[in-house]
Amino acid sequence: MNPRDTGRRVVIGVGNDYRRDDGFGPLVVAGLVDRKASDQRLAAVDLRVSDGEPTRLIDMWTGADLAVVVDAVLDDSHHAGNRHELVLESLDALAAEGSASSHGISLGSTVALGRALGRLPRRLVVLAVSGSEFGFGQGLTPQVAAAVPPVIERACELVG
Amino acid sequence: MTHRSDRTLDVRALARVEGEGAMHVRVRGDTVEDVRLDIYEPPRFFEALLRGRRHTEPPDITARICGICPVAYQMSACAAIEDACAVTVDPGVADLRRLIYCGEWIESHTLHIYLLHAPDFLGYPSALELAKDRRDVVERGLAVKKAGNDIVEVLGGRAIHPVNVRVGGFYRTPSRRELAPLREKLRIALDQALETVQWVAGFDFPDFRHEHEMLALVTPGQYAIESGSIATTAGLTFPAQRFEDHIIEEQVPHSTALHARLARRGRYAVGPAARYTLNRQWLSPLALEAADAAGLGIDCRNPYRSILVRAVETVYALDEAVRLIDRYEPPARPFVDVPPREAVGYGATEAPRGILFHRYGLDADGLITSARIVPPTSQNQASIEDDLRRFVAARLDLDDEHLTWQCEQAIRNYDPCISCSTHFLQLEVERR
Repeated sequence: MNPRDTGRRVVIGVGNDYRRDDGFGPLVVAGLVDRKASDQRLAAVDLRVSDGEPTRLIDMWTGADLAVVVDAVLDDSHHAGNRHELVLESLDALAAEGSASSHGISLGSTVALGRALGRLPRRLVVLAVSGSEFGFGQGLTPQVAAAVPPVIERACELVG
Repeated sequence: MTHRSDRTLDVRALARVEGEGAMHVRVRGDTVEDVRLDIYEPPRFFEALLRGRRHTEPPDITARICGICPVAYQMSACAAIEDACAVTVDPGVADLRRLIYCGEWIESHTLHIYLLHAPDFLGYPSALELAKDRRDVVERGLAVKKAGNDIVEVLGGRAIHPVNVRVGGFYRTPSRRELAPLREKLRIALDQALETVQWVAGFDFPDFRHEHEMLALVTPGQYAIESGSIATTAGLTFPAQRFEDHIIEEQVPHSTALHARLARRGRYAVGPAARYTLNRQWLSPLALEAADAAGLGIDCRNPYRSILVRAVETVYALDEAVRLIDRYEPPARPFVDVPPREAVGYGATEAPRGILFHRYGLDADGLITSARIVPPTSQNQASIEDDLRRFVAARLDLDDEHLTWQCEQAIRNYDPCISCSTHFLQLEVERR
């Protein structure tokens, strides 16, 4: 048996669908929910949405063998729609970074807090996309919307 | 001392406030010339979004304004719509609303105490450093908070943006059996919350006293949460229906937000300290005992001690939740019908950070013709600015780094839910 099959796997979409591109994570998870019945790779996967509040995020991934976090980020590249894949080790560098969204404590700081509390998943992968609009309103910008299908596919590969 | 005659300090983000906004302080010599809180207000976006929607939709839509206090938005929305439609919910449903609201108070207060505010008093830059040194303490905070999450999840269907709340009641009400495991968790959390009060009572609080008029709901016989009349420390009382007669929102040049003031009176403060000052006698015996042991007096006018009030209110919310579960009998029906009518309805409830007001105009078909939402943080802006003005004036000898850090702490006293009222928060201290 694949050791991974014995552990909990969770995909967490972080964001707020009333804050334009910040709705990317929840939209990816909605896509995974739609696909769950027809895609065996998702059969035993916990699909969750989070507003990024750190303690809830930590609760969601505590005890997981694999956690895939999907989020929109505001980076310096100014290339909306750019995709990034980060693993646990590289997230430490984000600990000091502020958050583009209204989460208050950044994802990097949440990872660091989870580590200090001994509450990190065994594997943590962040699938991020660069956003450009985080103001109030519904709907992703076209570049970010275009990243939804490939990130759904990548999440399926990771948990499969 | 690094006192210079001309300097500017710019902090790019005010950490450990829920969201982001902007604070600007200008100092010339020994005089604080200007203090400005610049904010953007998402409720205005939601007010526009609500127009033309059905009268049953505000609880779900407005819950999305804030991930920290969605229940408050749902409860104020329900109260306003039910007021417009002249509907009263069954007592059992009212109890469940109070119970889910207790859950939100527990979550929100504990998050603020442990992750956002306590590090200030203990000299840590953030909760991360606190957790590295005192993992046991942070674990205790997370355990208490989890008890609040569990209440919201059991009653609301999920922990964030609950989906089980509807106009007229709930889509589904729990059985006594479903609430039983919750009660056991709450009892454990109650002991941890009492330890939290003792822990916080040992902090060193700066000496500071404000004279703001304080405003909160009051419900004789019980600590106000989900209902009540509005009262102030200066003796003014009025129902939610008269909120807009007494609370005037003014446009100020430096902010896209409206500043709330009491008509013909001026600035005022809402939140835990105001609630405590106006409702102390209605705390449960256990919470009152904890407040007395912690040294809270008959009022709380030192904003730094608001963390202590939050700790006491957490004890109260847990105690009250246990009481509500113990007397719970599933209501005969989970909700009452709320047939629409052409009217205007008003609702005010006590969000963790203070009074949250909603007003909706409906047409005869139940379509929303107008909506107005006044969140607590908007109401506290003038008081925060006044505190900052006095606070900075007394600490001009501090260097920029320490002054900025202490200003941030002064702002955090009010636990500003900037998710509700602002987008980006930057702190800028400009010295000339």
